Amino acid sequence: MKDQHLVTLNVNGSEHELVLESRRTLADTLRQDLGLTGTHLGCEHGICGACTVLLDGEPVRACLVFGVQADGHEVRTVEGLARGDELNDLQQAFSRHHGLQCGFCTPGFLMLAEAYLSTGPEADPDEVREVVSANLCRCTGYQGIVEAVTEVAAERRGEAKTAHD
Amino acid sequence: MLRGAARFVDDVPHPHACHVAFVRSPVAAGRITEIGTADARSVPGVLAVITSEDLGHPALTAVLERAEFVPTAMPLLAHDRVRYVGEPIVAVVAETRYIAEDAAEHVWCEIAETDPVLSLADLAGAATSVHAEAPDGVLVDLQMFTDELLGDALAGAPLVLEETFRSGRVAAAPIEARGCLAEWQARDEQLVLQVSTQVPHQVRTGVASALGIAERQVRVIAPDVGGGFGLKCVVGREEVVAAAIAAMLRVPVRWSEDRQENLTAAFHGHEQEYRIRAGFDSDGRFVGVDADIVCNIGAYSAYPFSCGVEPLMAATELPGVYKVGRYAARARGFATNKPPTAPYRGVSRPQVVLVMERLLDKAARRLGIGRVEIRRRNTIGRHEFPYTGPNGITYELGSYVEALDRCAAEVRHAGWWERRDAGDGPLRGIGIVNFSERTAYGTATMGLRRMQMTPGFDVSHVRMDPSGDVVVTSGTCGHGQGHETTFAQIVADRLGVHPERVKLRQGDTDLTSFGWGTWGSRSLVIGGGSAAVASRRLADQLKVVAAELLEAGPGDIELADGHARVRGVRDAGLPIDEIAATVHFRSHTLTQHEDRLLEARGVTDPPGMFSNATHAALVEVDRGTGGTRVLDYLVVEDCGVVVNPTVVDGQVRGGVAQGIAAALYEELIYSPEGQPLAGTFMDYLVPTASEIPPVTVHHIETPCDLTETGAKGMGEGGTIGAPAAVLAAVNDALREYDAEIDHIPVRPADVVRALRRGDAADAVRQEETA
Repeated sequence: MKDQHLVTLNVNGSEHELVLESRRTLADTLRQDLGLTGTHLGCEHGICGACTVLLDGEPVRACLVFGVQADGHEVRTVEGLARGDELNDLQQAFSRHHGLQCGFCTPGFLMLAEAYLSTGPEADPDEVREVVSANLCRCTGYQGIVEAVTEVAAERRGEAKTAHD
Repeated sequence: MLRGAARFVDDVPHPHACHVAFVRSPVAAGRITEIGTADARSVPGVLAVITSEDLGHPALTAVLERAEFVPTAMPLLAHDRVRYVGEPIVAVVAETRYIAEDAAEHVWCEIAETDPVLSLADLAGAATSVHAEAPDGVLVDLQMFTDELLGDALAGAPLVLEETFRSGRVAAAPIEARGCLAEWQARDEQLVLQVSTQVPHQVRTGVASALGIAERQVRVIAPDVGGGFGLKCVVGREEVVAAAIAAMLRVPVRWSEDRQENLTAAFHGHEQEYRIRAGFDSDGRFVGVDADIVCNIGAYSAYPFSCGVEPLMAATELPGVYKVGRYAARARGFATNKPPTAPYRGVSRPQVVLVMERLLDKAARRLGIGRVEIRRRNTIGRHEFPYTGPNGITYELGSYVEALDRCAAEVRHAGWWERRDAGDGPLRGIGIVNFSERTAYGTATMGLRRMQMTPGFDVSHVRMDPSGDVVVTSGTCGHGQGHETTFAQIVADRLGVHPERVKLRQGDTDLTSFGWGTWGSRSLVIGGGSAAVASRRLADQLKVVAAELLEAGPGDIELADGHARVRGVRDAGLPIDEIAATVHFRSHTLTQHEDRLLEARGVTDPPGMFSNATHAALVEVDRGTGGTRVLDYLVVEDCGVVVNPTVVDGQVRGGVAQGIAAALYEELIYSPEGQPLAGTFMDYLVPTASEIPPVTVHHIETPCDLTETGAKGMGEGGTIGAPAAVLAAVNDALREYDAEIDHIPVRPADVVRALRRGDAADAVRQEETA
């Protein structure tokens, strides 16, 4: 008997029905079964964070989550950030602050930062630095990443404040 | 990149690709007596289980054409002996990676283990050498410079330092590990190998020679490459095996290196030891340096550079920005039962800078001279260029003293000395180091190494299409260095078009001219320089047409803002787009453009030029745990004309992060049996944002007259300076303890030992005083 399961995933707002082996990781499910290759695998043991996606809004390592665990849940990946051709504010800030070089770790940092920003943080650079310490980048020395996230936090706070006023 | 649309090799879709998993040696040294593949073959979903014999025992052999070099072959798959833990022995090909990895566990290798050689010390008593061709273990032994008067000079020097410096074995660890997708295209009788590499053409040559097929039968494509840092500037045996399997079985084959393989079985670097005798006069000026350098190069010579890379670089470049007086160096590379080494970012320069800077700090301390002052006295000055040192190198104009003074001033202005000495809190120290970085080695310089394959030049093509858009191709192969931006700037500047109209295409051996790829801080200078030459030629072609259309002489035409105009005539001019359309679609209307071309080729091959920088680090050492934290970091750098400051700053900052990593965190440690003890990111400590401070970068621009753009290379400087700066700062933090830490990485235990030693010495002194 094959160890396979029918699961339903909502990925970036689209419903998918998939038959998955129980050991198939969420990362492989996204990348190979759904063709969403923006989520990258850098270590496959939960340290580098390149595969970070949002599972019901919380950041998870897609290499450490099985596809079947996401059954019935909402997954958000880097492909879900931009609106059509228009990059979202965080993506634009990464570009502006040179927060990426080779770009391999970038999707993980973007998703990590999206989860953090969704909490509406005060986000001083020290706190941002600590948050983005969850992931590894080998090219940039992190400075542009920290600047980008700090700036977007301030912008979104500003907007939230304006909306509140 | 930002929207998840990048194409790294694992992202390239291929629904029918099979996957390769490698069975690797579990022991560091031994003789293979039997390989059992039958069980693995019977696993459902397995297509083939491949041994070296199945492939006809192919190998890659890197050669230095020197009497002092012993060539050794690196078999694609080990067949008679294994030489390190992780060496590939068998390739399992299966429908999925899951099945391939499952089946790999069913392959059975009988290996008669022998005692491993892991260090120079092991070598003396070793019963079995790593390679029979080199019974003493030495693969390269270079007496680079001799000076009969050096001995006397040292004997007569008021201060002679005899010191040993070491640096640990490290991994480049790009976040994208290695990987490839190989497919035989029957239509073209061609093997298409998409591979995460910095050197597509060298991979092509390696694959063609290992497989015994023509170069035209191999097309190598580097899609987006997720960092390389030198790891991917050599040809990996696994990618050649995947190519061989694809050619043999005629099935598409994918290999995706996992992180454990990447850390334990890919290429390493920087495991070196320097034994130095250095003499100083009473003013702190060098009178001579005698260096004995040994590099632990691991089990094989990496293709195509060979294991001569580290020893040659170390012996040649040790003096750096300093006038050392007399100089002699012997540099050896010896084979051990560890993974082979590749030219990891900086290649021996992080070590030679560390050595020189430690020597100067030690001499300054003993002679009671300031650390900046002793550097000023020894540094090649503005009016001494071009300066030819005892290492035979001629240094072109740089800002060595200016950068030093500027950095010292910035450190002062930033209040670092006050921060260092504030209160009774944690121990703090400042390190200031000065160095140069030879970049963009051309053929003339590379030729001195006597590699069988001598890199150096590169070729760029620039062509304009009918709509006036421009495509530039280059044999360099960027992977995060922003070539798309900087090459477009260089080309656009010369054609008078907007940079957004210029697209770079690279990393495809069927699309670009032969090239040497991206490494050695060469691409902007050589690839970009070639693009500048080609663009100038294309500009001349545009001017000929514009001259005819505007009824002027080609010499009077200016290209700017997307228009061709007659110099001195203030009118709208002619849109370059229109000229492009005319050349392509209405060439019958032209009389002066007989070759009908809007494309040109450019080649550059500069000698290699020296960027320079001064780095300063402020560190804090915890008295209790011995942990070191870098609080602040400052760089004053001079890479000639800065084409794009954002890109330069990014390279510096990323490089500094890797240098801090090597100084404090990363090391590939081995057990006495030769087992790797760092196989994950939990024990190989790539620093996070919490360990890397903000890095302030200041620029000095000394335009270089040896290059097309006035720029010098600068891809490695960050990594080169940071270990020395951090080590100097740690020693400064421990100044009250008479600590002398002369190795990297500096572990908390090293600091604690130094503190205890200092306390013990203090206690003895107090006792004596009492």
